[in-house]
Amino acid sequence: MEIVARPHRDNLVRWAASRPEVLVLSADLTASCEADGFRDRYPERFFSLGMAEQNMMGFAAGLAREGFFPWVHTFAVFICRRPFDQVAMSIAYPNLPVRLIGFLPGITTPGGVTHQAIDDIGLMRLLPNMTVLECGDATDVESVLDVAQAVPGPVYVRMLRGEVPRLFDAAEPLVLGRSRALSAGSDLLVLSCGICTEEALRATRALRERGLSIAHRHVSTLKPFTDPELLQAIADARHGVIAMENHSTIGGLGSAVAELIAEHGLARRLIRIGLRDTYAHGASRGYLMREYGLDAPALVRAAEDLTGERFGLTDEDLAAVRLDTLTRADKTEDL
Amino acid sequence: MAQPSRHAHEAPPRDPVRRVAAAVRRRVLEHTLTHNGGYLSQACSSAEILATLYLRIMRLGPSQGPLVPRPFAGVPSAANPQAFTGADYNGPKAADLDRFIFSPVHYALVLYSVLIEVGRLGPDALAQFNRDGSTVELIGAEHSPGHEVTAGSLAQAISQAGGIALARRLRGDTGRVWVFLSDGELQEGQAWEAFAALAHHRLGNVGVYIDANAQQCDGPMTAVMTIEPLAERLRAFGAEVHEVDGHDPEALAAPAATPGERDRPLVVIARTDPCRGIERLRERAPKLHYVRFKDAQEFAAYQALLEQLREEAR
Repeated sequence: MEIVARPHRDNLVRWAASRPEVLVLSADLTASCEADGFRDRYPERFFSLGMAEQNMMGFAAGLAREGFFPWVHTFAVFICRRPFDQVAMSIAYPNLPVRLIGFLPGITTPGGVTHQAIDDIGLMRLLPNMTVLECGDATDVESVLDVAQAVPGPVYVRMLRGEVPRLFDAAEPLVLGRSRALSAGSDLLVLSCGICTEEALRATRALRERGLSIAHRHVSTLKPFTDPELLQAIADARHGVIAMENHSTIGGLGSAVAELIAEHGLARRLIRIGLRDTYAHGASRGYLMREYGLDAPALVRAAEDLTGERFGLTDEDLAAVRLDTLTRADKTEDL
Repeated sequence: MAQPSRHAHEAPPRDPVRRVAAAVRRRVLEHTLTHNGGYLSQACSSAEILATLYLRIMRLGPSQGPLVPRPFAGVPSAANPQAFTGADYNGPKAADLDRFIFSPVHYALVLYSVLIEVGRLGPDALAQFNRDGSTVELIGAEHSPGHEVTAGSLAQAISQAGGIALARRLRGDTGRVWVFLSDGELQEGQAWEAFAALAHHRLGNVGVYIDANAQQCDGPMTAVMTIEPLAERLRAFGAEVHEVDGHDPEALAAPAATPGERDRPLVVIARTDPCRGIERLRERAPKLHYVRFKDAQEFAAYQALLEQLREEAR
């Protein structure tokens, strides 16, 4: 599997070249959010607002009212928590096309509780007018810019930085409101988002080799949560659904799936894998995924719970799974 | 007992700002009586500031809004193309024209009254004031006449004005962005973030008028959380600061008249009296933020005062 180093950095520079209306606003985390390339190439379109996120949201709102497209770059926690009122009142209420690019989702950072956005999707989903997107690989990272820019209102993007795997064919961009079908199956449905998709792929492949028929879809649009294919996929899952996310089990993907199941009376069991109403702490990503049960073994346990079967998979079996970049499931049925 | 008005038996003022300000106080008092409550002290403190902005400072084109305010058309959303702002009452948007950003939107009735007196709203525009389904709300939002942004969460407007001013500079506009602030908002950290950013980005096209009436919801600001020395603080944040008598139209207008390019924000601290023109309010001190009449006797006293003010204006 290809690993792409800092995919957003150069992609943003390339993408913004023909878009003079695109500005970048930063709050002292410019290189940390891979916006330094943009800053160096287009200094007249880059604005440093300092460590002052509340004011930065107001500036973004004012610029957007005047026809510019501010792309706010900072850590997700500093978009969603500290200036929540400013995002709600200055940006979301007037439905302004501000793009909020939030880095360090969930336990991807060893920076500890202050830097770990575990509630950002829930908070942003709560806001009327807000579109919520999450990237799960380098192709998502590269293609989310076009998707966000096409939305007439505010967009929150849960972004990845640094070494990012390419799970999906670079020729198959993220599409608003459409999950990616990664495999088809009738025993159970796995819905994953963000970095959990890579982890889920290890488990689904191993489970499939043990004879389980698993449908797996990668979700990148958390709001609006209206993918028409999801309803059928849930209905087709004989034993139920597993939602897997690098976020609190309250307010994120698992909650959105639960709402869908309940509102449509689909009568399927749902297991939500995520941070179970807890904060995390500063440690490595692998350590935290294991500690909080966000990893492939957690998905195997959930599958065993739903099916009542035991698959005899060890952590070593799962770690040994080699992943390749995927094309669409309808092209390659078996991964 | 009703005290005599300071202006009792005086001739109506000839200065247009003073004339508008006096009419604004009467109209706000009238609606405070009609609704048995209102932000009356804010009219007393800010009437001359807002009248000066509209009559002497801001370069605005003619109002593009209807004389009778539109009903509420729903909140802004992708599904609601009918949503609008009340900015059209401040004229068209043009490169050489100014913009007005109104921050303390609980002063909405004062702004509506100014718009009526300067002919941007019709005389009956307040028939729908504080009625369900109306845009002429008690606490204004961006759909309310004269309002451009949703500012009721205080100190958010100054940052939005900064973004608008930055956009205007990027476009090469020559028009300025005027912001009306209340002093209580300066307790919010965001206000200081905004002043730092205005100075850092040299946004000299922003001009801020502060109604420094030294009052807030809980009472005098000195008892709640002092913001003084305000002028020194603002200067330290890089603004050009003037402190003036907020009831003197000449003093209010002078700082904005200086010609030439500016590279830092202009701030005018208008020191005001929250009981100016309605002396009787002083007996309610220190709680002046929102006036609700205590009993029929007090109501009658204010009703008599309104009649007296109307008589003087004839």
